[in-house]
Amino acid sequence: MKDGDNDTQGMGYLDTLTRRSITLYLPLAIFVFVLLFPFYWMTITAFKPDAELLSREGNPFWVVAPTLAHFKKLLFQTSYPEWLWNTVFVSVIATFASIVASVLAAYAIERLRFSGARQVGLSIFLAYLVPPSILFIPLAAIVFQLGLFDTRWALILTYPTFLIPFSTWLLMGYFRTIPYELEECALIDGATRWQILRKIVLPLAVPGLISAGIFAFTLSWNEFIYALTFVSSSEVKTVPVGVVTELVEGDVYHWGALMAGALFGSLPVAVIYSFFVEYYVSGLTGAVKE
Amino acid sequence: MRPGSAPTATLTPTLSQGEREEYRHMLLQRLQNSRNALGLLFMLPAGVLLLLFLTYPLGLGTWLGFTDTKIGRGGQWIGLENYAFLWNDSVTRLSLFNTLFYTAVASVIKFALGLWLAVLLNARIPFKTFFRTVILLPYIVPTALSAIAFWWIYDSQFSIISWVLMRLGFIDKYIDFLGDPWNARFSTIAANVWRGVPFVAITLLAGLQTISPSLYEAAAIDGASGWQRFRHITLPLLTPIIAVVMTFSVLFTFTDFQLIYVLTRGGPLNATHLMATLSFQRAIGGGALGEGAAIAIAMVPFLLAAILFSYFGLQRRAWQQGGSDA
Repeated sequence: MKDGDNDTQGMGYLDTLTRRSITLYLPLAIFVFVLLFPFYWMTITAFKPDAELLSREGNPFWVVAPTLAHFKKLLFQTSYPEWLWNTVFVSVIATFASIVASVLAAYAIERLRFSGARQVGLSIFLAYLVPPSILFIPLAAIVFQLGLFDTRWALILTYPTFLIPFSTWLLMGYFRTIPYELEECALIDGATRWQILRKIVLPLAVPGLISAGIFAFTLSWNEFIYALTFVSSSEVKTVPVGVVTELVEGDVYHWGALMAGALFGSLPVAVIYSFFVEYYVSGLTGAVKE
Repeated sequence: MRPGSAPTATLTPTLSQGEREEYRHMLLQRLQNSRNALGLLFMLPAGVLLLLFLTYPLGLGTWLGFTDTKIGRGGQWIGLENYAFLWNDSVTRLSLFNTLFYTAVASVIKFALGLWLAVLLNARIPFKTFFRTVILLPYIVPTALSAIAFWWIYDSQFSIISWVLMRLGFIDKYIDFLGDPWNARFSTIAANVWRGVPFVAITLLAGLQTISPSLYEAAAIDGASGWQRFRHITLPLLTPIIAVVMTFSVLFTFTDFQLIYVLTRGGPLNATHLMATLSFQRAIGGGALGEGAAIAIAMVPFLLAAILFSYFGLQRRAWQQGGSDA
């Protein structure tokens, strides 16, 4: 810990390499190993033939005869492709709708400053703190009453409850950084608020939109408790719920197929994330830093 | 004259076509520039969705907690009966203990490891961006899916941890990670920490990067040791962000559901049942919506306490550091 501090002030050269190795590189290596090991284990298991999986001989960290059998089973003998499609469908629509609603709300709160905007902004932040696990029971009752139970719309309509507060809060922060003078000039030139939002604010807030979009997409992709509660037929399930509820059959666990399913369901978010790391991190930290 | 619907109605008959157009245009323009009308319009989509699917369910949940509603049958108001029953229910009490234990232990470990990792990442190291990218991976993949990987890692017969420990000669039989109450508690906590550390580390790293290096230089010139610099510069300046990050962390650990649902479903002997998983089991599994809602609502005071604690802690800090009232 101490040496980490040393380095921030640019005096790292005073440390010897050995000291740095022990206090910096070794702990870092352990962290990275532990944080990444489950992914490695997931991957290696997904490619192992059953015989290797269930044998205690040999080196379990490597696969001798890799096979695609588990992926084949997953894609052709289960509803996995449907779950994947459902997850994409629900996540894309919920994200898009939430971002549109959030842009309007954030602009209204931050720039129109209607009376009560402060209070509305605060309640948006409080809404962000309401966890899904205290909402799912009454929401299930509402979803049922609206006749949406067991449909994708149940998820598309409920996901915004955690997406909108987050995205609005994040976008409010972005809008705040746009100089007010730009808007004033446009107002004097006779632009309407709608034109200002579309032609001045939005183009300048593109990084914020990407952050909010990426974040909202991963949140909806990863959502579990609503999807578990509001949907019961296999053909409307999302990947996380489908893998957990349908790939586990009886007492015999098909570890290979389970891991293949987990890997396949994690890859899309991991890939999108790796393309937009900076946006994702700024979304994550921006929401916390306020 | 004020623009409104009433004058329009009375005036329209006397106006010519062109005047009417002009009047409508003026009204539209007034509307477009009136902050309140436009604000309301802009707030509408978000407001309707949040009121219908967040505020209303919150109220409905509170109400359900006072009724004996079952799935498929409307309930009667029974006052505090659900809460009285739950208070004497040993499983609920155990789940409350589990939730507090899970939250306390996991949060403390997440904070310590997260801060350590943040400090490590803040150092001058090669491939910094790469490290930051891979470290967040546990946080961004679906928890339900990474929990399945942990389930396999914790398997009683094929656990890789047991295999390694056995080879190294530390144990002579495989560890039953999820079959023994205390093992299961610590195994689920470990999985939760694994998932939560990246979030704490990356957000604290963002906080660390805002601390000016000149402060450290000044302290170093004054002869402060590494620990003193950490204790008297890093920690105080980081406190506000620590408070926010840990509030989020505590909130989401306290209401955790997926990890337990996938790994143990609350077992063995309800040893890992959290309030969220118990409310799911009672409400959706057992059909007792009222009772499940009561358990869920019982979490609210704890969450409020955590939020208020951090909010007031934060304000005091800001004031001490000469900030205006936050």
